[in-house]
Amino acid sequence: MAPILQLKGITKQFPGVLANDHIDLTLNQGEILALLGENGAGKTTLMNILYGLYQPDEGEILVNGEKITIHSPTDAINAGIGMVHQHFMLIPVFTVTENVMLGSEPVKAGDFLDRPKTAAKIMEISSQYKLEVDPNDYVKDLPVGVQQRVEIIKLLYREANILIFDEPTAVLTPQEADDLFVIMRSLVKQGKSIIFITHKLREVLDVADRIMVIRRGAVVGEADPKQANRNKLAEMMVGREVNLVVEKDIKKPGDVILSIKDLVVTDQFKQVMVDKVSFEVHAGQILGIAGVQGNGQTELVEAITGLRKSVSGEIKFKGQSILNEPPRKITELGSAHVPEDRQADGLVLPFPVAENLVLCTYYKEPFSRGVVLQYEKILENSEKLVQDFDIRTPSSLTTVGSLSGGNQQKVIIARELSRPIELLVASQPTRGLDVGSIEYIHKRIVQKRDEGCAVLLVSPELDEVIELSDRIAVMYRGKIIALLEAEEVAKETLGLLMAGIVPDKIEKPQGQRVVETTF
Amino acid sequence: MGKKDLEKQDIGKTILEELTGGEPKEKRQKRGIWKILQIPALAILTGLIIGAVLIMATSFDVYDAFKVSLWKGLGTAFAEVGEAYLALITGSLGNPVEIVQALLYGDALDFRNAINPILESLVQSTPYIFAGLACALGFRAGLFNIGVEGQLFIGAAAATFVGYSLTGLPPYIHMPLAFLAGALGGALWGMVPGLLKATTGGHEVINCIMMNYIAYRFTTFLLTGPMSRPGTGGMPVSPIIEKSAQIPQFFKTPIRFHLGFFIALAFAALVWWVLFKTTLGLNLRTVGTNPRAAKYAGMNIIATTIIGMAASGALAGMAGANEVLAVNRSMAIGLSAGYGFDSIALALLGNSHPVGVIFAALLFGVLKNGATKMMVVSTIPIDIVTILQAVILIFVAAPAIIRSVYRLKQPKVEAAAIMLSGWGGVK
Amino acid sequence: MAATSTSIQRVRISDISPARKISTGVVEVLVALFIFAVFARTVSAGSITTFVMTPGGITTGQMGNWVIPSQLTLYLLAALSLVIGLFQLIRGFGKITNLMVGLVFLFFIFSFLTWQAADKSLNLAGMLSSAVQLAVPITMGSFSGILCERSGVVNIAIEGMMLMSAMVGALMGSLTHSAWLGLFFGVLSAVLLAALHAVLSIKYKIDQIISGTVINMFSAGMTAFLSQKFLQTRQELNNPAMFTRIEIPGLAEIPLIGPILFNTNFFVYLMFALLIILQVALFSTRWGLRVRSVGEHPKAADTLGINVIRTRYMSVLLGGMVAGMAGAFFTLGSVGRFEEGMTAGKGFIGLAAMIFGNYTPIGALGAGILFGFADSLGSKLSLLGSAIPSTLMSTAPYVITMIVLAGFVGKGHVPAADGVPYTKE
Repeated sequence: MAPILQLKGITKQFPGVLANDHIDLTLNQGEILALLGENGAGKTTLMNILYGLYQPDEGEILVNGEKITIHSPTDAINAGIGMVHQHFMLIPVFTVTENVMLGSEPVKAGDFLDRPKTAAKIMEISSQYKLEVDPNDYVKDLPVGVQQRVEIIKLLYREANILIFDEPTAVLTPQEADDLFVIMRSLVKQGKSIIFITHKLREVLDVADRIMVIRRGAVVGEADPKQANRNKLAEMMVGREVNLVVEKDIKKPGDVILSIKDLVVTDQFKQVMVDKVSFEVHAGQILGIAGVQGNGQTELVEAITGLRKSVSGEIKFKGQSILNEPPRKITELGSAHVPEDRQADGLVLPFPVAENLVLCTYYKEPFSRGVVLQYEKILENSEKLVQDFDIRTPSSLTTVGSLSGGNQQKVIIARELSRPIELLVASQPTRGLDVGSIEYIHKRIVQKRDEGCAVLLVSPELDEVIELSDRIAVMYRGKIIALLEAEEVAKETLGLLMAGIVPDKIEKPQGQRVVETTF
Repeated sequence: MGKKDLEKQDIGKTILEELTGGEPKEKRQKRGIWKILQIPALAILTGLIIGAVLIMATSFDVYDAFKVSLWKGLGTAFAEVGEAYLALITGSLGNPVEIVQALLYGDALDFRNAINPILESLVQSTPYIFAGLACALGFRAGLFNIGVEGQLFIGAAAATFVGYSLTGLPPYIHMPLAFLAGALGGALWGMVPGLLKATTGGHEVINCIMMNYIAYRFTTFLLTGPMSRPGTGGMPVSPIIEKSAQIPQFFKTPIRFHLGFFIALAFAALVWWVLFKTTLGLNLRTVGTNPRAAKYAGMNIIATTIIGMAASGALAGMAGANEVLAVNRSMAIGLSAGYGFDSIALALLGNSHPVGVIFAALLFGVLKNGATKMMVVSTIPIDIVTILQAVILIFVAAPAIIRSVYRLKQPKVEAAAIMLSGWGGVK
Repeated sequence: MAATSTSIQRVRISDISPARKISTGVVEVLVALFIFAVFARTVSAGSITTFVMTPGGITTGQMGNWVIPSQLTLYLLAALSLVIGLFQLIRGFGKITNLMVGLVFLFFIFSFLTWQAADKSLNLAGMLSSAVQLAVPITMGSFSGILCERSGVVNIAIEGMMLMSAMVGALMGSLTHSAWLGLFFGVLSAVLLAALHAVLSIKYKIDQIISGTVINMFSAGMTAFLSQKFLQTRQELNNPAMFTRIEIPGLAEIPLIGPILFNTNFFVYLMFALLIILQVALFSTRWGLRVRSVGEHPKAADTLGINVIRTRYMSVLLGGMVAGMAGAFFTLGSVGRFEEGMTAGKGFIGLAAMIFGNYTPIGALGAGILFGFADSLGSKLSLLGSAIPSTLMSTAPYVITMIVLAGFVGKGHVPAADGVPYTKE
């Protein structure tokens, strides 16, 4: 029997990048094939080609041994291919039923939607695969894990046989991820075939039947998860030996720099997102906040940095209250902020690197005198920081928008860390970056801590938090449900905490802790 | 985000490059100028061609001639367009034959008559420079100031009031005072939509347009009531302003060329300096390009938005003050002939850069002055100018159309000119 | 595991903030005092206000005049407003706060009318009837906006489309001596402008506000040009056949409602028909679901095989069609001739009505009638010889639009992809 899916020599060129370089891939009926590679390796491009969102420059696609062409998602759906996208393709203000039926709606009396029919089908699928979804819920009211199951139902509703999961665990707690793996297993048992795209080694080893590694757009090797070696896989992905354990001395924390007490913050719909949170960060200490995205971290960081008004509570920076103070005042007291969404918040993409590097200090000497900007000084500063922080840019006048993600982030890091600061608030500082940039940024953060700066690190990547932090706080539904010394807690315990389950006793890590690559 | 507003940064970049004197300039500039000019130039050309077609298609004479024969029809059609466009050119730039004759044989009056058209075009351009600067400054700050019309009316009313109600002041005080009153009136009128946008998120486009209608009705009320000229029997017209408030004209009649033109140029320089050389300018440009990053950087978005709209309104108010103080010497309700829309078009045509605005304003002044003449000789309504401007604007805003018509190479990275935010409420 | 399958229930801080509660109460009390001090105190004790309850020129569905003692009515309304205001200050109305604000606003308007018409008679039914008429272009304009913006295309060109349709409707209605053909060509001209807007904003992805502005400019120029060239020189070209009033048998007999809603212009019926069609089509049909999906999350729709581009084109063209109907109303349903700039910002007010109505047809109708009422208030009062100059009174619809916009924008749900061009990667 022919394999259910075959890709032969798929090549895709983007301006300046060869995203896919003659990739061959075979997927057999009833297996989970993991596609492993770091950010920017070309995994998502390949899958978008398969799903008809991009057209390949070269190569062919065979389904059940037959050559097909896929020009649009409709073609892919007709060929039995379905995809769970990394960013969910769900419409928040629609119900589950509406989301599922969209595009292949059953109708009656001409064009009127037959909602009950779809709802019944959803119930049926839901019970067959144990997905537990209520068709009448609005998607915006559902937790992320359930939203993902809605995405899966969308595929099953369309009777897809080949399911592509693109980085499905990025938004899940470790426990939710385990649930997902159970579902994936049950899917292949019932005859479906799965391509699982990820950069996380643990998951690959846990769930895949076969592993294919790609790097810089090309296949670099295959592996069997039963025999694969963790370090070996990491090396295949990155192309060199990776040392992700940051050298870090144990340091005695200094004075309290940031102290937060009973802080309450709401979102724009007046929902309480930060619920009576209290903690302290000391000089020379990294406090990591672990938690699945959307549990109030964003609002917490925005409240601390002055970007969002708090409802009540207390925020003190070096003993001075900064509650509901404007961002500039907080910055001037000596705090720095690496924002969660670097393109939306941290940079003005059409402006040159030089202007972005003075975005928070342009109004002060020496960059301006009175109201007049001093471009000579601004450029001097830029040349220096480009050197010091190894920002790869053609010149200081290049627009930031044309740099790579890693270099954009370095612009922010350079701007924030080059100021004399006593507090660094870093929110997802390495999101979506390649390993080289991650290593560099981690090093810089630890260096700042060693210089005596207090660091508040927020990241949904548990491994990043464990790796860098001296203390770890776990945030769940707006509350800090645990505050622990980093050395004294096992990763599994943290995973449970992130899902809101407080174990009876905190388990200590046993032996050498395995820190997973977080790229 | 992505390629948004790529063009906006060009200027800042150019300045930086000038300062560093880094890259080879010669070559870059030569290509750069053609690159900058090709789209506007072709857009204007295409606009004129479409205008010609419109003139032909709406002429009864042409239809009558076609009934006779095809050739006669074509001949008449081209003759009409030729006559119209010739009137447009001589009406706006002057007739070379007349100028030479006046120089050789004429007296001073003949000479003034001969060179009047081109100077009159400058007179017509002056309010366009002010109004275009108003829109350009707004665009840079991410604001779509379509309320220039209303701000201009209020500015004119304020300038008029100061112009006729104060007496006995020396010109060097009275004239600037009246001019500033106009700027202040415009600023106040412009500030309202800015304030509403910054605090409630109400989109400035709707609010500006509402303010336009209110301004129009309010000035009608003023001109027929508190500010009406005695003895005109309810005509909406104000008293004539004092001599001391008038912006001086340089020549004798019929030439109306006045100091206001140079004041406009000075304000263009000022706007350029503020936008690209000062902290306020960086504030405005950052808020206009990425308000979230501006907030992150500690800039005061509310204040910046209000300042941006007020400054834009002030420039629009100056346009009104200029018309009253330098040209009309009193205010009537028919003061503005659609400067509001025109200024949006010319700001875009000039790439929201003060220098670009000056050139676009000169073009619009020429078109308007010429069209007035054209209306006299060929009964083509002056509104053809608005149509031309709309067509030109389409091509400037969507260069891809021009490129495909003229088979030009598409650039690798398409610079999307201006992108504003929709009305999703507060950003 | 239980944690993952239940939906997130977060605490919600009450909708009405304490500051808002107080300020609303204060405003309500001030309104009460205003009614008392300015209106009630200035009316002489024996004054009588007469409200005529049948629009002029109508014979079916007659209703007797409504005669009320002016001062007593005003005292009563002031007292009621005061009670509401005080209750708001002391206890607060919670969820129905906005409703109460609306009620006090209504009292205020009614007091104003009673005061203005003291010792005179005011045709209230005529005012309501003209409010409905004036609401037609605003409401249909906002239907046009809903069609476009639900699919993710911002359309500020409604004004221009309406103006063009009004001109073409008048011209063709005159040439063909048929109101229907006038309407047809008017709508066609608006659809052509909509097609231009669609091409510019969907294909060329130019900023949709700029595209809309261009069309408004073009339309203003073109209608003025053609009007001067033809309509003003040859009066027979600006004298279209018009839609006449249609009396619906039976229903027209109902007092007050009959004459206003069932013995009226074709366009009023059209407005109500469109209301029902749009409301049902948007929320109960496959077509509506797809249009809304494209306006919310075009990429998601695309991955499900929905043609985003085609859907948007269709919606914008349909929007143009509705805007064309709204425009034709001016020349074929209301005035009977074309005048330059006669739409007077109704297209923009329609957009405000769309936002106020939270992007639903039914909401847009409510908002449209509110704006129409504001408009008719201005024109009716100037007839009464009010103390306020009519030039100032006529700014009322614009001022109210701004106030409403300030109060409501960003409060409801705006289609998430509104104004964002869709680029297929």
